[in-house]
Parts: sequence; C-alpha cells; structure tokens
Amino acid sequence: MQVPAPFEYERATSVDHAIALMERLGDEARLVAGGHSLIPMMKLRLATPEYLIDINDLASELGYIRVEGDEVRIGAMTRHRELLESNDLAAVLPIFRDAEKVIADPVVRNRGTLGGSLCQADPSEDLSAVCDAIGASCVIRGRSGERVVSMHDFHRGPYETAVADGEMLTEVRVPIRPHSGSAYHKVERRAGDWAVASAGAAVTMDGDVIADGRVGLCAVGPNLTNIEPISAALSGQAPSEDLYATVGQIAADNATPSTDTRGTAAYKTHLAKELTIRSLRKAVARATGQE
Amino acid sequence: MTITEPGTQSAEDNTNAVPTPTDNLNDHKPNGFGRMLRKEDPRLVRGRGQFCDDVQVPGMLHLAILRSPMAHARIVSIDKSAAEAHPKVKAVVTGADLAEHNLAWMPTLSNDVQAVLATDKVRFQHQEVAFVVAEDRYSARDALELIDVEYEWLDPVIDVRQALAPDAPVIRDDLEGKTDNHCFDWEAGSKDDTEAVFADARENGIVVTEDIVYPRVHPAPMETCGCVADLDPVSGKLTLWSTTQAPHAHRTVYALVAGLPEHKIRIIAPDIGGGFGNKVPIYPGYVCSIVASLLIGKPVKWMEDRTENLVSTGFARDYIMRGEIAATKEGKIRAIRTEVLADHGAFNGTAAPVKYPAGFFGVFTGSYDIEAAYAHMSAVYTNKAPGGVAYACSFRITEAVYLVERMVDVLAYDLEMDPAELRLQNFIQPEQFPYESKTGWVYDSGDYEPTMRKALDMAGYAELRAEQEEKRSRGELMGIGISFFTEAVGAGPRKDMDILGLGMADGCELRVHPTGKAVVRLSVKTQGQGHETTFAQIIAQEIGIPPDDIDVVHGDTDNTPFGLGTYGSRSTPVSGAAAALVARKVRDKAQIIASGMLEASVADLEYEAGTFRVKGDPEQSVTIQDIAMRAHGAGDLPEGIEGGLEAQICYNPENLTYPFGAYICVVDVDPGTAEVKVRRFVAVDDCGTQINPMIVEGQVHGGLADGVGMALMEMISFDEEGNCLAGSLMDYLIPTAMEVPDWETGHTVTPSPHHPIGAKGIGESATVGSPPAIVNAVVDALKPYGIRHADMPLTPSRVWEAMQGNHTPPI
Repeated sequence: MQVPAPFEYERATSVDHAIALMERLGDEARLVAGGHSLIPMMKLRLATPEYLIDINDLASELGYIRVEGDEVRIGAMTRHRELLESNDLAAVLPIFRDAEKVIADPVVRNRGTLGGSLCQADPSEDLSAVCDAIGASCVIRGRSGERVVSMHDFHRGPYETAVADGEMLTEVRVPIRPHSGSAYHKVERRAGDWAVASAGAAVTMDGDVIADGRVGLCAVGPNLTNIEPISAALSGQAPSEDLYATVGQIAADNATPSTDTRGTAAYKTHLAKELTIRSLRKAVARATGQE
Repeated sequence: MTITEPGTQSAEDNTNAVPTPTDNLNDHKPNGFGRMLRKEDPRLVRGRGQFCDDVQVPGMLHLAILRSPMAHARIVSIDKSAAEAHPKVKAVVTGADLAEHNLAWMPTLSNDVQAVLATDKVRFQHQEVAFVVAEDRYSARDALELIDVEYEWLDPVIDVRQALAPDAPVIRDDLEGKTDNHCFDWEAGSKDDTEAVFADARENGIVVTEDIVYPRVHPAPMETCGCVADLDPVSGKLTLWSTTQAPHAHRTVYALVAGLPEHKIRIIAPDIGGGFGNKVPIYPGYVCSIVASLLIGKPVKWMEDRTENLVSTGFARDYIMRGEIAATKEGKIRAIRTEVLADHGAFNGTAAPVKYPAGFFGVFTGSYDIEAAYAHMSAVYTNKAPGGVAYACSFRITEAVYLVERMVDVLAYDLEMDPAELRLQNFIQPEQFPYESKTGWVYDSGDYEPTMRKALDMAGYAELRAEQEEKRSRGELMGIGISFFTEAVGAGPRKDMDILGLGMADGCELRVHPTGKAVVRLSVKTQGQGHETTFAQIIAQEIGIPPDDIDVVHGDTDNTPFGLGTYGSRSTPVSGAAAALVARKVRDKAQIIASGMLEASVADLEYEAGTFRVKGDPEQSVTIQDIAMRAHGAGDLPEGIEGGLEAQICYNPENLTYPFGAYICVVDVDPGTAEVKVRRFVAVDDCGTQINPMIVEGQVHGGLADGVGMALMEMISFDEEGNCLAGSLMDYLIPTAMEVPDWETGHTVTPSPHHPIGAKGIGESATVGSPPAIVNAVVDALKPYGIRHADMPLTPSRVWEAMQGNHTPPI
C-alpha cells in the first residue's frame, strides 16, 4: 500500500500564519497546496517531510487573476482550472489557456496551483516555461517582507527556486503590452503525461517587426530560462518562416535533453526546434490579429 | 454458413425465442433477450459493489510485503528485529521462516516453481523478500522500512538476446543441474515441408522476412490484486476472499501446495475490478496471507499497491519474433515460418494448458489457406518479473495474430499490392471448414470474405485510399491499416487441455424454485464481462423464465460447481454451453411433468417460450412457472419422476471455437512531431451467435482501447541493471478517452457448429485484432519514408526515429 511515512499536519489560516509555521517548524516542514506533486512523492516515500503546512485555506487570499492596467497579477493559489477557464486571462495571455489544456487532467487541474507548479520547479513542468516566455516575475514573501524576482532569478535549476526557508511564493506578475501575442505547443505521449518537450513563445510587435520576443522551453534540459540568443535573434526582425527556423535552431542548439522512456535526446532536440517554430508562428499570428 | 442479412438466424435451438423488442438494426436477431441492460450494473454504478478491499472481518490484521531493490542479488542476511519491535507488528516472516514449513517455494501454473519469499537470492527487482503483519496497514508499511536486508550484487540478465550466451549468469540455480537460462523449446508444423516451399519460392516466387517484437506489456487492471485469508483455528477451514478469475482452480492448487484438505478451503471471488488475465496466477502475496492467518490465528488482509501490481504480477507478451512468408509473385501465400525468442522472466509463470507451453501461438498461420508452416521457439529466463500469458491474449494468440498480420502487410509492401486484396485472395474458403491448419488446429467455422467486405464498406476503403493519395501529394501522412484475425478460444477439450492436471471443462447447476424463479450456479467468474446478465439470458432463452427472475451465482467455491474459470475468452464457449445444456435438461424434465399435468404424452407436447402446449389443441397449456410449482407441490408427478426442478452438468467442449474479424484503422501522423492520431477504427466481429449485442460491443470497445494502448504507448521497460521503469501509471501509460476515436462496430454471424447455441466468445477479439491494424496503419502512413516495419509502442519519439531511419527494437 502506498502510504506516506508518518508526518504532522498544520493548517495555515493566513500567509503570515503559514510563514510563522514555517519558521517554527524548520526545514523539515513543507507547504502543501494542490498536493499533486508532493503527495505522490510522499506516498512513494521519495519525500518524507516531518510536517505538512496546508495552505488550501489561503485559496481566497491568494486565488485570483487580476488584469489591471499594464499588468496581470495572479495569486499563487490560483488553480489550473481557473487559469484554463479565465476569459480575461486568455484575452491578454492566450498562452495560459494553450498550456492548461495540455496540463495533466481535470482532476489535477481542479486542485493543482500556479504557485505549486512553479515552486516544484520540475524541469518538465509547463507553467515555468510559460512564465519564462512571457517575462513574468514572482513575488516572494517572508517574515521580513516581500521581494520581487524575475523568472530567470526565480528558477535556480531542477527542483530549486529562489524561495528560501521560511518564505513562500504569493503572486506572479506579468506585464501586458499592446500588439503582443503568445502561444504554447507541447508533445506528450498521451493526454495527461508530462511533456516529451514543449515550447512557449511570446512576442510584442512594433509595426511590422518584432520588438521583443522570448521563448521558454520545457523538458529539454535544466536552466533554459531566458535564452538570450533567441531574444537577440528576434529583436527588430520582421516575422518570417526563415526567422522562425533560425530561432528554432537556436532553441535546439541550447537544448540539452537526455534520452529516457519519453523519447530520445535527438527527438527532443528536434522538438525544441519544431515546437519553437510552431509557437512563434502562432504568437505572431495572434499579435498581428490574424487569429 | 455465414449470415450477414438481418432477419435470419441459424442456430437451430433459437427458434423458441421469447419475443423481446430489439429494433436496433445492428442486432441481427441475437440469441433470445438481446440488448438488455446489465443486471450487475445497478450495484456497480451505485457504489454498492463488494470488492476484495471492501471485505472487513472482525479482528482482521494487515500484511505488507518487502520487495527486493535489485534484479539479481544474493541475500546475505536479514535482520528483522527492529520491525518485530514495532508496537503494532504481530509478525515478520522471511523466506527462511517459510522454508522451515516447506512453504518457501510454490508451483506455478506451468509446472515451474516460484519463490513465495526469496531464500537464496532474488531474481527480479521487486521480488518478495519478507512480509510484515500488523494491526493496521499503515504500521505494516512503516515496519517494512525497519527490516534490514544485506544483498550481494549479482550481474543480471536483462537483454533477452543475451540470456543464452555461454557466459550469462545462471538465474535459476535453484533448479538442480541448471547451467544456463534455457526455459523450454517448442515447435509446431513441419520444418522440412516448410523449407521445401521456401526453397521453391526463393527460386520462383518471393520470400519476405522481418524482425518483429511484441514488447512486454501489463494488464494493469483498475483493481490491484489482493485477498483476505481467514483460517479458522477451531474448524480448520480457510476462507479466502481473493481477486481470482479462477476460484476453483485456485482452491485445488492451494490444497495441493499447502496440504490443506480441499473441503476445508472456500475461495470467494467478490466483485473484481478488471482481470485481463492478471488474476489467473497464484501470487506469493496470497500464499503469504494464508500462512500469516495460519500462524497468527486471525484473518489477514493483503492488497497490492499500484506499483506492486505493475512491477511484480503477471506481465504479457515479450516475444521477439522473426517472421517469414513464402509466396508467389502474384501474392498467393504458400508458407509461413517463425523463430521466436520468448522472455519468461525469472520463473515460468505462464498460465496456459500444460501441453501448450507457448499457449495457442500455433495459430500463427492466421486466416489463410497455405501449404506449409513451421514455428520454433526458445523460451528463456531473465531477471524480470514472472508471468507471460496475461492480458486478454487468448493464450498467446495476440502474438500470433500480430505476427501474421504484420507479415502479410510486409508482403504487400514488397509486392506493391493492396493489403486488403492480398488478404482476400488468400482466405480459407467457406467450403473448407472445418479446416485443419498446417499446425494442427481445426477451425470450426468461418466465412471470411463477407466480414472483410463489410468492414471495407463501412470504412469506405476506396475513398480512403483516394484521400490518402491526395494527401501524400501534399506531404501529409495518412495511413490505413487492416488486420484480419482468427482466434481459437474456449479451452478446451479435456483430452488435450488441462492446467496442472485439471481438465478445462466447466460445471453448471440450475435450480428452479417453486414460484418459477431460478438460480443458476457457474464455475466461471466475471471481472466485468457481464456474466450475471448473459448467463441469465442463456437460461431464459432455453426455459422461458425471464432473465430478471434468474439469479446468477458465481465466484464462491462452496456454492458453485467445479470448473476452470474465466480467461482466454472461455466463459461463453464453455460455461455458456454448460448453461444452455443444463437448462435443456431442466426443460426435458419439465416437459415430462407437463405431460402429466396436461394428460398428454410427452411426444404430443410442443414447447415455445416457456409454455408447453398440446399439439393441435393450443388452449391446453402449462407454463414453466406452473410446472415449477407442480414439481415442488403436493400433487402427483408422472411415474419415476422425482420432485424438484433442477439439474447439474459438466460440459466438456468438443473443440475450441474460432471467432474472427476484420479491423480497419485510419491514422494521421504529424510530419513535424511524429505524433500519431487514430482518426477512425472500424471493427467487424464474428463471434458466432450473439447473446447480448450491447455487451459484445462493450467487450469490443474495451479491447480496441487496449489495442491503442499497446500499439502506441504501453511497455514495461527496464534499465540495464534490471530496474523496472514502469512502476506507476505515469510511467506505464494506458490510453484515455483522448487517444481513442469513436469506434465503428459491426458484425457478421457464423455460428459455431458444436456449441449448443452457436456462440464463440468475444472477450479478447479486439485486444488480439487491433494492434496489428493500428501498427499497419502507422507503417502505411510512413510509406513515403520507405518504412516497411516499425515496432510497438509507436510513441512520437519511436515514430520520429523510424522516419530518420533509426528504428530500433524495443528490447
């Protein structure tokens, strides 16, 4: 029977309470939000925290999608399902709906959260690639206050983030710019599977040229946030199939996947290119009102 | 005789159907009550099913099993003292403890032995090493962490192709004198005759050869395996609630293994959440639970978790095959030959009739009339989980059909012929039945061409080919795949077929109550196939008692007659025949009682739909209900007739039954990502007389989904050290509704000549027939890349690698 090792359970009633509990219980305590990463790991005894701090009661405090002015603010406890279903979000950042359609299954999406996904920092996790592509920043709160870090600084590597002991991610902020578009493409062996590889792209147009563009990759290696050569290659260029192919090749060149049961390294490298091309194509189409 | 026109019915005993409205055009007048709702569904859909893990017995303890982290290692020492000191632990038992009672090893269903708990060494990752019994299942699991086992690493044998290498480590050194990893050899057909045809074809015709792998897959039932063992210390009687597809066979094996008297064993198989062959073998966990109950004197429950089910219980397939076809240049298939390397894991746990170590793989000649055939197989041991025949395969017919249907497409590729036309011109013809194949199987009945034509019509085959041509010109990849399968199901005639000496016949008992209601007791056991409905329908059809008035009892050895259980699509062919015949026995007695009631001779009565009438005087009649009351009542009965209205029978099938079908699959492959989308799937099945077409379709739907899983995503894989890489359903993928199309099903009806109602069995047809159709479709889609074969599972990565010319076998 798959049951976790014994642990103690606390229920936080506010962000401050959760932070206080983390400080008191120390580094053997883990926050649990949707629980769809941590609980399976505990059942397999790959994770054996001594304390669980349940933050699901913070869903009202940290569960929100606010499109305000030139920024979207999304609370860390916002569930996948809410990201999928929000028309306000899809209007400004369609990449979220693209990605959420292919993240796990409805059962997981009903519970899993944006914050949980980002903090788990699995190299195959979709929302990190999404947030990277759209240039999101993360609000981290601890006892001494809040700090805001870019995705590049947030994501330290596989399963490692800028969130320190006694801190928690509370919000994700994304700038909204006019004439922008975003898209996400993923290849999976089956609905609900982790990505074999995926790519998200976001572009902002300045007339006929791309003013700013970014690509986020997933499952093709660690530390693929903010691939500078891609942004450099896109900047000031008119969109074209040749440009997409060039950028796709840069993505492939930066990918360092490994062969596993999901696919060979060669295939994943190919996908880094192919999916980058497809995401860029669609992001540009959306930015230019062709979709 | 094949009947494809609605409104005709052939099985002669079906003329007395109780009229029931079934106006669905797809029904073709099934036997009796047709498309009625399943009697078992109300309790299942309301959550009122009683599964093994629902069983609660007062004082029940919980058992958990410690498993090996390594694939091959010597056990140096086991320290269980810390686990024994756990306050809630009642017992910690190792292989050495079992050996003291001579219970450390048990026989498998293939006359091999398997360790209950490892004593000398472990032979596959996750093999059973020790068990803990505790007051609750959490404590039992916690205490496993407290057992300290020291292992000494041994090199494992993982690549089956290296198992027979001279320097390969010997896995089964428990077997006296064993110096290699050879398990058994098997052959079928005529080697010399076949070579003669091949020699001629090399000169004057064509020979095609292809290496084909059917990877290791797993049945992965929703409910894992488990049991509750309650050995009453006073009466000495063991009651075992168990996830078993074959309760009677298990009872006898336990009697033989554990030395328990058979009348002191009661096996109860409660509701089962899927079997697919996974619940045919006897697993170490069952034996451990019985031993624990014996030692402690309390009931003990053991339920596997998902990982344990996937990594340790009966797998399926794992055949490495070289296929060859000899043909004329015009496409007449003359001979088929195959050489097989079979991976049986650490113990030969195959559940198949004893004389058939390769199961029914011998039907690899398929649906084709050929001159010669030959197969040779070497089966070997490797450091992987045991098993080998599970997963809805009709005893290895899955592998056989995949081989021949893939090879026929290979031949079509080389001859540049249409694969449908090639099949049509090679079919066994209707007048050839009963047809004896070149490997000695006697096909009972068949008429293949109408079934094939119906599938082609339903698919719109010509239009699909035109669409494909047009798409290819635009660089799009679309594939059309065909398979035509013949199965051999319903094992089997007791002269040929037994499992551990138990003949594969099945009993049935029917008792009509005074008020005309009835109870029928079966030796088989449903795992979701709908026995409680179809068997009531069979009885109802024969004696005219409505199906809702018939209680179907099964899955309890104290309350049912002996028989070998449900697997290999055998319930309807064997137990279904028993049900029809026992009902006819009761009807014969009822007719004698009716003759007394109507004061007419037996010969002057005619029967229709539960009523006996005097010929020529139809007003004079009695119903089966009237007769039942008379049989139990106070009035006189005809001379020599005992009271009561009941009968029992043991049915020994004369032959297997041979269902068949034509499947057509249409896929689209994304040229950029190599993702395969199954767009359409047409399945035309012929399982002889149908009893409940809704249940038949349900069986087909499930099997087709199985086929999508195997063809596109399922595989139990291992790393070089023998670590199983498929220990969860995130790693071992099974298809969801997102991967399957709307199934397009149809049927023809070619009754079995020897089955009382002409039925043939349908449970595994779709699992057998669908993988080759899907693979053939994908390979067809990849034709512009010059691809003639690609092995399952056709994941995007494997398809893309094939498109790059880098296809590798999944070993």
